[in-house]
Amino acid sequence: MSLYAASSARSRQFKEEAVKLLLLLCAMVSVVTTCGIVYVLVTEGLTFFQSVSPIEFLFGKVWTPMIEPKQFGVLPLFAGTLQIAFGAGVVGIPLGLGCGIFLSEYASDGLRGVLKPILEILAGIPTVVYGYFAITTVTPVLTVLFPETEVFNAASAAIVVGIMILPMIASLCDDALRTVPISVRQAGYALGATKLEVSTRIVVPGAASGIFASFVLALSRAIGETMAVTLAAGANPVLTLNPLESIQTMTAFMVQISMGDVVAGSIEYQTIFAVGLLLFLITLVMNLSAFWVVRRFRKYKSQ
Amino acid sequence: METTNAQSNLMKGMVRVLSLTGISRPVQNSKDIAEKESDFSVNLRWRRFKANAFRVVLIGTVTLAVMMLLILLYEIIRQGAGWLNWNFITSFPSRFPAKAGIWSAIWGSLWVITFTAIFSIPVGVGAAVYLEEYAKRSRLGNLIEINISNLAGVPSIIYGLLGLVVFVRAMALGRSVTSGALTMSLLILPVIIVASREALRGVPNTIREAAYALGATRWQAISAHVVPAALPGILTGIILSLSRAIGETAPLILVGAVAYVAFVPEGPSSAFTVLPIQIFDWSSRPQESFHELAAAGILVLLIFLLTMNAAAIFIRDRYQRRLKW
Repeated sequence: MSLYAASSARSRQFKEEAVKLLLLLCAMVSVVTTCGIVYVLVTEGLTFFQSVSPIEFLFGKVWTPMIEPKQFGVLPLFAGTLQIAFGAGVVGIPLGLGCGIFLSEYASDGLRGVLKPILEILAGIPTVVYGYFAITTVTPVLTVLFPETEVFNAASAAIVVGIMILPMIASLCDDALRTVPISVRQAGYALGATKLEVSTRIVVPGAASGIFASFVLALSRAIGETMAVTLAAGANPVLTLNPLESIQTMTAFMVQISMGDVVAGSIEYQTIFAVGLLLFLITLVMNLSAFWVVRRFRKYKSQ
Repeated sequence: METTNAQSNLMKGMVRVLSLTGISRPVQNSKDIAEKESDFSVNLRWRRFKANAFRVVLIGTVTLAVMMLLILLYEIIRQGAGWLNWNFITSFPSRFPAKAGIWSAIWGSLWVITFTAIFSIPVGVGAAVYLEEYAKRSRLGNLIEINISNLAGVPSIIYGLLGLVVFVRAMALGRSVTSGALTMSLLILPVIIVASREALRGVPNTIREAAYALGATRWQAISAHVVPAALPGILTGIILSLSRAIGETAPLILVGAVAYVAFVPEGPSSAFTVLPIQIFDWSSRPQESFHELAAAGILVLLIFLLTMNAAAIFIRDRYQRRLKW
């Protein structure tokens, strides 16, 4: 029997077209998903904004959707989210960049072969596990260092989210640094530069767009992170700069509402879509700008 | 004016000569350069010190990252290993830590992951084949591609909102295994597509051309040669994305998986819980013994994940070495 089943030219052509159409439908699922997300967030969000003005939502400083008098100022949640993202950046960016430079410039092939899987494991650990780690390990350590630390606090959540984004930054930076051609490094050495000078003044600037994009993507991930911050940072939507206090992020609020018995269509139910819409827009803008930076300022094409 | 110009030219020339002699000296004289000709020195000692210090800092960074993983694993094993026994695995959740177990969570996870695989694999691989084999460099292909890379960056909890409105309410599937699996499928679809495309890209064009030369149609070439050749890479991507789905929690909480389920799902329309949600529930309780239960649950989850990752690495190594063109 032939591998390519013989059949009439017409039926074969029909089959070809049918398969192509079917595959196109598969590919369109992703487009439909995007449209679905936008549609769901916008329609449900609009219902919410019929009862609460967008101004009050965006600039209000009190968030008490469950307690009378109900107030819907998203700033406390937004500030909480920023606080976590900032802390995660302080922890994750230097460590991630350091690991990325080490992987790409310093590690031997053998060491790379060991370190890469370790970072992949670190990246593959579910976020709920990081939340557990924050509660049972990081917070007790913080309490020893700063006795005024609350049981739920922003610092422990920020630290574990920082550890979580570390492997992502490391591997994206590694990829970006590896696009810089060997010849450029060799030119640096030929001029008598040390390894430090080649790495930090030639290779890193050459990959600056990719490195910057990795920071933005990682921070966007920190903003959308849910389980670790829900477990570790608490459920206390207040405006504070003290990282040892309990706060609430946008994502943690959405989980809090979903865990409770909220009636579909009620104003509490609609808040999670308004908050979700805001979250979606923030991460979308960050992701798009990261892609734009890579496209616009890339010095070397990947090899 | 003229004299200053000439002077500056002379100066420049001298500088050039001096610096040439300075650099062209053998390295063992670097000390002298640093001390005597400080204006034009290359100060190698200081620069080497800095370079070495930087290396130490980098090694410290990497060590710290590896330490984090070790501490994390150590803490989980220290707290959880004592609770990990057959009783823990085969019991349903309970108010009493000593009686609590993860039987319903394990089965829930297995149900969700099986249905996620059923929904996402055909669609994901199909989309990858279309984008890589049919729509390369077409406008529609570009549009879909940009869309996929954006979808990959959408926070997972947003997929939960989508699932809640579309699957749970509009399609009236309720808080069921099917709703959860459909939501998860949409979440991991970009990962499967990207990995499969990469695998398809690795298949050399000669394979396609050889098939065409023997009279194969496009689909025959793809289904009989290109996809089988790319299968190890595709499988690796699928396994890794499914292992991501196993650990994912937030979207399932939004579509309504609950923590306390005292039964094994009976079918696709049954209510369910999954391992990460059970772990979340136990971690969020104040009692120490529930934290230890959470650690035991995490151990089971990590064993699942490590097995899947090991399988992926095994497939990648075994087949990619054999299939070299």
